Amino acid sequence: MTIDNEEEVITLGHGAGGVLTGKLVRDIFLNQFNNQVLSRLGDAALLDIDAHRMAFTTDSFVISPLFFKGGDIGRLSVCGTVNDLAVMGAEPLFIAAGFIIGEGFSLRKLEAIAQSMRAAADEAGVAIVTGDTKVVRSQDIDELFITTSGIGRLDTAKGLSARPVTPGDTIIISGTVGEHGMSIFIEREAIALAHAITSDVAPLNGMIRAVLEGGCEVRCMRDPTRGGVATALNELAEEKGVDLLIRQEHIPVSEEVAACCEILGFDPLYIANEGKALFVIDPEDAQKAIAILRKHPYGKEAQVIGSVLEGKGHKVFLETFSGAHRQLEELTEDQLPRIC
Amino acid sequence: MKHITEYRDPALARNLVDRIRECAGQTGGASIMEVCGTHTVALFRFGIKQALEGAVRLISGPGCPVCVTPLSLIDKCCLLAARQDVIIATFGDMIRVPGNRSSLQKELASGRDIRVITSPMQALAIARSEPEKRVVLVSVGFETTTPMIAYTLLSACDERVNNLFVICANKLVPPVLKALIQDKDLALDGFLCPGHVSAAIGARAYNEIAHAAGIPCVISGFEPLDMLGGIYELLSLKRNGEAKVVNAYSRVVTAGGNTKAMEVMRKVFEPCEALWRGIGSVPQSGLRLRAEFTHFDIDRHIQLEVVETEDISGCICGEILKGKREPVDCPCFGDSCTPEHPLGACMVSSEGACRAWHRYNT
Repeated sequence: MTIDNEEEVITLGHGAGGVLTGKLVRDIFLNQFNNQVLSRLGDAALLDIDAHRMAFTTDSFVISPLFFKGGDIGRLSVCGTVNDLAVMGAEPLFIAAGFIIGEGFSLRKLEAIAQSMRAAADEAGVAIVTGDTKVVRSQDIDELFITTSGIGRLDTAKGLSARPVTPGDTIIISGTVGEHGMSIFIEREAIALAHAITSDVAPLNGMIRAVLEGGCEVRCMRDPTRGGVATALNELAEEKGVDLLIRQEHIPVSEEVAACCEILGFDPLYIANEGKALFVIDPEDAQKAIAILRKHPYGKEAQVIGSVLEGKGHKVFLETFSGAHRQLEELTEDQLPRIC
Repeated sequence: MKHITEYRDPALARNLVDRIRECAGQTGGASIMEVCGTHTVALFRFGIKQALEGAVRLISGPGCPVCVTPLSLIDKCCLLAARQDVIIATFGDMIRVPGNRSSLQKELASGRDIRVITSPMQALAIARSEPEKRVVLVSVGFETTTPMIAYTLLSACDERVNNLFVICANKLVPPVLKALIQDKDLALDGFLCPGHVSAAIGARAYNEIAHAAGIPCVISGFEPLDMLGGIYELLSLKRNGEAKVVNAYSRVVTAGGNTKAMEVMRKVFEPCEALWRGIGSVPQSGLRLRAEFTHFDIDRHIQLEVVETEDISGCICGEILKGKREPVDCPCFGDSCTPEHPLGACMVSSEGACRAWHRYNT
């Protein structure tokens, strides 16, 4: 056993996608399940089956509220899994869906959620081919949870660059950050802000395919979901053994998200996105990639936000508005609104 | 929606940094206390603390409501949360603060009914919808938050909601600043005064500090150009030997402040001596319910035995809150005290000095 304190329990921080989640995954899951595929801890597992390279992933969705501006748990559950596959350079093919539903849940709502899953699957060009349903007492779950798993194929002809992440590479974000998390937070907490913030939840495989087929040398990609851009970049720096530098003034944030962040005391770099991709790309292809992204409906606000540095500190630096550099840490726990 | 990008102009920000450095060179540097926790975080986040290193010493003050709340209040809240008939309503910042035995977060994980609210009016709504429970609002905060709590209690009176209570530790900013400048060890060249609190109390509230104690006070907003402008103003005042109040946040703060909010606050609360975690007792720096509102005080209804204890050994939160030492001077900092396992309050609150140093330390 590696947990020596008998009184330690799971808190919500363990599910926030930051330092505590990472520690939980390493200390318990990786420790018990350890194998070469899992230990890479990517957005999806890469599997070699016969002569084919496949990507395989799973994700659970426990969002509240179930329906929000810009989407619902159904659209989210399909897009989340499609995007995890797409950022590994895979073409998503098939999805499995598991439903855990609380007794008393409205059938009409369930139908609306299934409809929205089908629409997202159609848009992404994937099929939902298997599933499972469990019903539990209403005191255990008041609404519903969805788990989706997905499988995709890696096509080497239009896949990721064979060259690893190299100092000098350019970092691109496909659009404005923080919309999903901020939209959900405002709706969940019923904060009376007259807001126009819509979740960005979207399947990104079409946009990513366009960049790869456009001949851009993409070294790697990430979808900055839980923990936001800051956490995704820290994981990337750690995994690739490099330092990264991004510029505060180049990070696209909508006026609405920026204003709500100031009111609540949040940093948009730590807020979840569900329809954005980070690209690390050959600097010579950066402008081409930006042009391709901006032509796509989900990439209109794409921006170069920084670059890969020499150095093996596994750190992310932020050049601030005042010109000073500071380290951009990964999320420790979910952000909470400040008192005043 | 504007008022953000204009105040983040990188070229203007860099120009101000140069001018501050030039001015600091002429005056032999400066020690400035940023009173407010939101300033502490924003100064780090926008790289201002780093950009001015070596020229201006920025000292984090006592203006984080979570940090200065005594441990015994957390203990009391945890004991209350353990009761079946109680719902605790609290601002999010408070739930991670460790008391002597537990924190509200741990109590929440073990199934207690603790609700995180973003407005005190939500506590009233909970009380309304759960009439068989006693809803206890953890009433902390400065002149920004207290009027909203006062308004909530007045609304509860109007609506005859009789199951809403408070556990009260609200505080006032000007009295603690006055107490701080009595301390001869703390040689300050000026206060960067909190934008939000000043919007409530008004710029005039600092006159006594500037005129009697001879410490310049500049009120600043929270955007990079606001803060850089405020710091530049303080350095200019130092250079010219002037001790006065300058309102550098006039788009929000007026001389008289929000008189309506202050009126509501004074209707419900009155000043009293208060205990500041790490700082000690400061006369007239706290707020308690006026006699006609003491029925809201949970202490009157539920008797709890809580011992007032010293802070955790080794932790120098008190010295940090007084601006005498810096987080890196603490033997616990980053070692036994981290954001995941905080010992002192300055590491717990997202706006605490230690937390900000830890998070933004380069």
